[in-house]
Amino acid sequence: MLRILNKIRHTGIITERAPRDAELEALGKQVKRQIDRRIGGSLAIRQVDAGSCNGCELEIHALNNSYHDIDRFGVHFVASPRHADILLVTGPVSRHMEHALRRTWLATPAPKFVIAAGSCACDGGEFGVSYASCGAVENVIPVDIKIPGCPPSPLDLLKGILGALRNGSG
Amino acid sequence: MNRIDWLSGYLARLQDEHAVVRHDNAQCLAPAQILELDPEDWGSAARMAASVGCRWAGVWGDQTDEHIVVRACLEYQGDYLVLVTEVSLANPVLASHTPHYPGANRMERHLQDMYGIALLDHPDSRRWTRHRAWPEHVFPLRNDFPVSGHGPGRARADSDYPFETVLGSGVYQIPVGPVHAGIIEPGHFRFHAVGEDVLLLEERLGYVHKGIEKIAVGRDPAGLARLAARVSGDSTVAHTWAACMAMERAAGVEVPPRALAIRAILAERERIANHLGDIGAICNDVGFAFAHMQFSRLREDWQRANQSVFGHRLLMDSIVPGGVFRNLTFQCTKILQPQHAALSQELDSLLSILDDHPSLEDRLVNTGIFSCEAAQRLGTLGYVGKASGIDYDLRRDNGYAPYDRLQVESPCLTAGDVAARMQIRADEIRHSLQLLDALLKRLPEGPVSVPWPDNAANGEGLGLVEGWRGEILSYVRLGADGRVTRFFPRDPSWFSWLALERLIQGNIVPDFPVCNKSVNASYSGHDL
Repeated sequence: MLRILNKIRHTGIITERAPRDAELEALGKQVKRQIDRRIGGSLAIRQVDAGSCNGCELEIHALNNSYHDIDRFGVHFVASPRHADILLVTGPVSRHMEHALRRTWLATPAPKFVIAAGSCACDGGEFGVSYASCGAVENVIPVDIKIPGCPPSPLDLLKGILGALRNGSG
Repeated sequence: MNRIDWLSGYLARLQDEHAVVRHDNAQCLAPAQILELDPEDWGSAARMAASVGCRWAGVWGDQTDEHIVVRACLEYQGDYLVLVTEVSLANPVLASHTPHYPGANRMERHLQDMYGIALLDHPDSRRWTRHRAWPEHVFPLRNDFPVSGHGPGRARADSDYPFETVLGSGVYQIPVGPVHAGIIEPGHFRFHAVGEDVLLLEERLGYVHKGIEKIAVGRDPAGLARLAARVSGDSTVAHTWAACMAMERAAGVEVPPRALAIRAILAERERIANHLGDIGAICNDVGFAFAHMQFSRLREDWQRANQSVFGHRLLMDSIVPGGVFRNLTFQCTKILQPQHAALSQELDSLLSILDDHPSLEDRLVNTGIFSCEAAQRLGTLGYVGKASGIDYDLRRDNGYAPYDRLQVESPCLTAGDVAARMQIRADEIRHSLQLLDALLKRLPEGPVSVPWPDNAANGEGLGLVEGWRGEILSYVRLGADGRVTRFFPRDPSWFSWLALERLIQGNIVPDFPVCNKSVNASYSGHDL
């Protein structure tokens, strides 16, 4: 136990030390203000992989690491669409996920935002529309915000979430 | 036994069975040898191969005008052999390899769904890749199937898949997915349990099938490399390397030594990044948040260096046909070298804390045991195989450049539990760090790419790369116009998914997340 505490002490609070964090902090505070004002202090995101190559998922995971620590802004990921304010959808929508995505969207209570994260979700990306792919997320459910990038960086994702709060109809 | 011994032994046994064999020494699929068979001998060839101890490494179809050419890849101690046969479009019937190689089960069903080849004696005739997006009697990889499919229409839910059932008092089912609770890929798991004990887990995959094999057709080499980079995002380097290797062999392109060394640096960096993430995530799944935060910190540091040196946090599109996209400058090597030493020190301190934590050991040791025998039978690869006694690593056992001039070590354990799969990852990180140091120290001078020849056409090639999950096999055929006419990337996840179904049996339902994480198979790489 002592060694764990030592390691934690030695590691310090990297959230504030990271070189790119000035921009991140500023963004994060904006996100927090928007969340406080519009959604009562807490923003619940349900991530749905609708056919991605899993690259986007790796970067969404990185939002939770100590450098980005998205939790401190009141943003957290939830296990059910019924608890969610935002659906964060990645991938071209594979036709095999089309039905599941639509049902997930229906299960999300209004007001709800949909963010299409990653180039595939925005415009079909490298996969486009085919017998197996519906292409962009907006071909299946309404999309409020698009975050391009292959994959978008954690900072891009945070910016996109802020955009959803500014532009969203809720 | 060297190559001649086992292959001549295998050929002799086939001839004893009166199988008609044309042993073609042509180097078109080098390093693999080619064996052409009559379709009637397809099943007995697999039976013989299993009896001499070959591993089964994959099967894929390829349509010519009136035939479907079927190729199956076998491996024996680092030697590769491709069996080739063809069936007519009018009557596409072939004996199944699954009775002799259970690991072939789903890939053969994929072949059946995509090409309409009926597989005789296959123990499971259910569809696999096909859900409800296209009808039963059409086959997407046949030439007459349009890439856009047949009419838009909404795809219905795959609600009538006939799952296996376990009957008995107190047995209940838990359906999970395709949309899962975490930030992960979609797939369906059907558990049968009594109390907390898992009696049976059946996976239903194919949800992220996005037609990769079909949309590859007609691409130029650069376009195929971009597609291969997105077969499985976490293995982007390894898949791109394998596809480029296949295309380069098909076109007879010689990649400069410096480019090969940089490719290996990229591949080892990908391996380390994923292993760091996985070790943290395994600990997280048993509630040890400290390790999760520490290892995700290390992973982020690693990815940031990727961004500053190679221009992409996941190293996507760093490999291009004929070489690599970006040179490694002297200044960049000065960023990387200290990072290797720093990570090594961090690992020393963190892994010793993990080792010293009995409550962690209590959850990981003896959890999700995958027996050596099962691993052998399924042909399991990568860290899942290495934790269960499969001592195979392509970098060492079929040393492709630049690994052929490096000292490659590969860990192997026999416990087969979650703890062993985590230990293999830790050992591999250390070995990869040594390889990275060696690669940087002796980085060859010269160009990092060669231009793609205008006249490259009509060729086929096999790419074989040890990705972080294990061996990746990639087959590419180029047509008369130099464009891709067939692409089949075989991710090691095809075998890891089968391993997961077996190793979860007898464990408790709450241990499924940690068992799943310890295997960490790719949905996207499998569903194609």
